[in-house]
Amino acid sequence: MSIIVPELGEPSVPTRPIRAQSVFGRLLHRPMAVVGMIIIAVVVLAAVFAPVLTPHDPNEQYFEGLTLEGAPLGPNGQFWFGTDLLGRDLLSRLIVGAQTSLIIGVVANGLAVIIGSLVGITAGYFRGIVGAVLMRFTDLMMSFPALLLAIVLAAIFRPSLWIVALVIAMVNWVQIARVLYTETRSLSEREFIEAERSLGAGSMLILWRHILPHLVSTIIVWATLGISTTVLLEATLSFLGIGVRPPTPSWGNIIFENQTYFATAPWLVFIPGAAILLLSLAFNVLGDALRDILDPTQQGRAA
Amino acid sequence: MIGYLARRLGQAALILLGISVVTFVLLYLLPADPVRQIAGRSATAETVENIRRQLGLDLPLWEQYWRYLSNLLSGNLGRSYLQKSEVSELIAARLPASLLLMVGAIACELTIGLTMGVLAAVRRGGWVDNLLMVFSFISVSAPQFVIAILLLYVFAVKLGWFPIGGYGTFAHLVLPSLTLGLLGAGWYARMMRSTMLEVLRRDYIRTAQSKGLRGRIVLFRHAIPNAILPIVAMIGIDIGMFMSGIVVVESVFGWPGIGQLAWQAIQRVDIPIIMGVTLISACAIVIGNLVADLVAPLIDPRIKLR
Repeated sequence: MSIIVPELGEPSVPTRPIRAQSVFGRLLHRPMAVVGMIIIAVVVLAAVFAPVLTPHDPNEQYFEGLTLEGAPLGPNGQFWFGTDLLGRDLLSRLIVGAQTSLIIGVVANGLAVIIGSLVGITAGYFRGIVGAVLMRFTDLMMSFPALLLAIVLAAIFRPSLWIVALVIAMVNWVQIARVLYTETRSLSEREFIEAERSLGAGSMLILWRHILPHLVSTIIVWATLGISTTVLLEATLSFLGIGVRPPTPSWGNIIFENQTYFATAPWLVFIPGAAILLLSLAFNVLGDALRDILDPTQQGRAA
Repeated sequence: MIGYLARRLGQAALILLGISVVTFVLLYLLPADPVRQIAGRSATAETVENIRRQLGLDLPLWEQYWRYLSNLLSGNLGRSYLQKSEVSELIAARLPASLLLMVGAIACELTIGLTMGVLAAVRRGGWVDNLLMVFSFISVSAPQFVIAILLLYVFAVKLGWFPIGGYGTFAHLVLPSLTLGLLGAGWYARMMRSTMLEVLRRDYIRTAQSKGLRGRIVLFRHAIPNAILPIVAMIGIDIGMFMSGIVVVESVFGWPGIGQLAWQAIQRVDIPIIMGVTLISACAIVIGNLVADLVAPLIDPRIKLR
């Protein structure tokens, strides 16, 4: 679920292809977007340098990580974020979990963007029977609740990390397909595309040289917002026990493993929960800022 | 109007048909061997063959689908792999609890969302307006299971205001409804804010003000009713949001609805139940959208039928 409702208002078509440098410069003028980028940078760095950064072995069940009664330890000097039910270091598991979240965020969302773009642009440009069939199929997929569909797929395929990514992609391509369809449609009716066509340019050339560059900003915005949805969906699937399987730590399955003890060991739920919230929030805020910058006709929050 | 109605109903029927094809594919074609899953590992070849014939899996594909569809139309959603009962009965028994939860969630999201939206629009740039921005970002970014556990921790464990979970009294309903409604509350708050801002700019509001009516009367008699109607017409669309949410919310709070049923089925890999809940949800979404589309023009004549 992301912030904007794509069906509202006329589809907007940015008239100029974007320049990365000026976009980044304008992002820096927005405090919320800067905070978002910092959070993302921290998580990315944590994931990349996980082997160096983890203070403890994430899978080691420390003897001194449990009290004499066998209860997990709260945050303390040795284990900064405390330990989990098996005496493992929570901080180290969170850092490794960042890898899981990002891998799925990037792979699943990347796939979703590719599928969504192919379907949306093809349907919007060629229309006819192909377009109608593709869009009816998209509508059909939209009428399934995303989480339930993902649950069904995950239950059928018995997920590993990559299957989870694939499942999420199969569920999340729909929205971007709808948005790109409307934009491609209105673009392909414009005079300059008409002119290219009458000059005899082939479809592939028009799509590649003239349509795609105008869609880049929309794709960037939705790709950013989509990572937020993806991170949430992965966490939820893992929380329900059908996402990433332990012992591979993911922020969702850390909560899944420890949820029954939330009353006595709340840090085991709320620290990973905060991590999920912050990462998802960061991508949402960044995506929203990007939309404001790249697409002035479609006002986001500040309507 | 009649033409629009017919077209819209036809579309909905087609989508429902499409949904049945998708669930059929997921239920019978994708699993490596559904018969094995039903029969269990220790089944003899004879039992396997029997079940295959019982399920009609030896028939040609279109005939299998035809049987599946006619079963669906007569309300038969198949049998649970593990519990020896009809999926439709399991779902029917639990539907009332889920509906109650959804009603609670709608009440929460409308109360929170509309209040915040109005206050934010009236005092544009004030603290409610800023809070609304933060709130709407958090409501779409926060995982529902974390919100659920957080509410439980604060209001049930620490403050003891509400029970830890379960079903039965009004007190049981509050926290699950709040969790489920929070996402929608952010959405309604934003929608209400922007429609209110638009309404407040209208001529009839200026007329009312220049007649010398007090601000409060202008707000409650003239502005809010005009802004609220098109938004309330969208409740049907919330159903999609709820259908994903109830699996998480009901499992955390131990709420005995179809979400919990699905969650239990997930743990046991009981695919027919998960599929039944998915199918019911998809139908509810299609019908919800249809109702929203049909009700909106009745409530607000400015919306043109297309």
